[in-house]
Amino acid sequence: MNQGETKKLKSRPLWSIYGEKAIEILIKVSGISAIIFVFAIFFFIFREAFPVLSSPNFNLKEFLFSSQWYPTSAVNVRYGTFALTIGTFSVTALAMVIAVPFGIGAAIFISEFCGKRLKETLKITIELLAAIPSVVWGFIGLTIMSKLITQFTGAPVGVNVLNGGIILALMSLPIIVSIGEDALKAVPDTYREASIALGATRWQMVRRVLLPAAKNGLLAAVLLGIGRAVGETMAVLMATGHAVHIPHGLLDSVRTLTANIAAELGEAPERSEHYQVLFLTGVLLFCITFVINITADFVIRGIKRKQ
Amino acid sequence: MGAKVKIEVRNLRLSYEHKEVIHGISFDVYENEILAVIGPAQSGKTSLLRCINRTIDFIPNAFVSGSIKIDGEDVLKTKDVYSLRRKIGMVSPLPVGLPLSIYDNVAFAPRCAGVSNKNELDNVVENCLKRAALWDEVKDRLDSLGTKLSGGQQQRLTIARALSHSPDVLCLDEFSIAIDPVTTMKIEDMLKEIRSQMTIILVTNLVQQARRIADRTMFLWNGEIVEIDSNEVIFSERTKNKKTYEYVQGIFG
Repeated sequence: MNQGETKKLKSRPLWSIYGEKAIEILIKVSGISAIIFVFAIFFFIFREAFPVLSSPNFNLKEFLFSSQWYPTSAVNVRYGTFALTIGTFSVTALAMVIAVPFGIGAAIFISEFCGKRLKETLKITIELLAAIPSVVWGFIGLTIMSKLITQFTGAPVGVNVLNGGIILALMSLPIIVSIGEDALKAVPDTYREASIALGATRWQMVRRVLLPAAKNGLLAAVLLGIGRAVGETMAVLMATGHAVHIPHGLLDSVRTLTANIAAELGEAPERSEHYQVLFLTGVLLFCITFVINITADFVIRGIKRKQ
Repeated sequence: MGAKVKIEVRNLRLSYEHKEVIHGISFDVYENEILAVIGPAQSGKTSLLRCINRTIDFIPNAFVSGSIKIDGEDVLKTKDVYSLRRKIGMVSPLPVGLPLSIYDNVAFAPRCAGVSNKNELDNVVENCLKRAALWDEVKDRLDSLGTKLSGGQQQRLTIARALSHSPDVLCLDEFSIAIDPVTTMKIEDMLKEIRSQMTIILVTNLVQQARRIADRTMFLWNGEIVEIDSNEVIFSERTKNKKTYEYVQGIFG
């Protein structure tokens, strides 16, 4: 009987061997496809934008550092996106100033301090928050938030940096909370027990042990939040006022890179210079997120090397 | 024996969910003695330690009754758990190096208790690492991560950490599982030395370890005390219970 079994093992059917090979290749392809997609996206956006680089009306320095955006002007065409870039950065920065402390705080509360029942309720609610479509957020910004802002600050227009920042903060909160909570949950319980046994209070345990132990994950949570804020289009289009203008305060209206593309691409004739410049704005946006991700990667690696 | 009673355990019962694991045990621990607790797995040794420093609170559905008094104060009813836990040093079987530097690991408890003077902390760290026989190996790299040390070094680090808040009671839960015999002997010698300053409860699977360093030994079996007596009795043929004799001599178990 023993011999029979070994024989069985040896005569493994051919289809099984090739099947395994095929699955291996399939998995390899799906892994590599991510890289292919990223490069393909970059390539096609850049191909649409490329012709404008040689146009007499276009100047790369002006494109990056001028705040004059007159793409449809008949006599004085200007393609300066600086105000848009500043718009994106100001709204994102404000959003992070609001969302990071709240998000990390909520993550700590959910994972360490609250009871089981409340925890479940909070998690479900936060997931619900993540499921609200961005256009609904924009609608809230346009109607409710803008009214509140004009009422409380006396600003002439309610759709401005403050409005967009708050809306974006609310939109990136769920990501920060849920990923931050996962990061804290991944810290082994033995750390908690050991620090508690040493006489630490819960807060001391969180501050001295959990936060250092979970800092990679928490950083990742924050960066994903930033990614969401930079990339968000519809909500900021509706909530920031859509004025091409370098803001001087929280109550100034701005326009972001994303909102600009969304609003103007439909009206720009295909293959026109305007159309191509909008694609170039897309390339710029792509570069910004790329730089953020790379920096994040380096920061995380730096932290890891220290450990 | 005439010594002062440090810890007085009376009718301690512990159950997880509905399963009782400690069935009403009572015993005393005298000041400045080493009490060894031996017994097979599942006999409630670790649970007993958890009750003493109240980390049992963190296990859902654990229910404790009876009383544990340290210096007359009931542990199970105390309001200030944190100062209670500072009175007790705890060393777990597998070393738990907190993800901090070696220095910060040892300075953790004093800092939590509010010490921030650098000199004072330096002293505590050096002192405790020396006592745990680790100082010579790590004195040049106190800033590197505690979790990067080898298993045995990490265990000594946790012992240094347990000593860092100069506890009255030191509980060791099978501390020698992850360390080599030579280091084990070093630590055993250290325990004998610091006995004059604190009371030590040593949970161990190694009967010979209990024999080497304990003053008295308690034999736990399925959540009940089979016998507790001085080592001269436990490790002789005069044990009151035949089971103890057989367990200690390695005839069964």
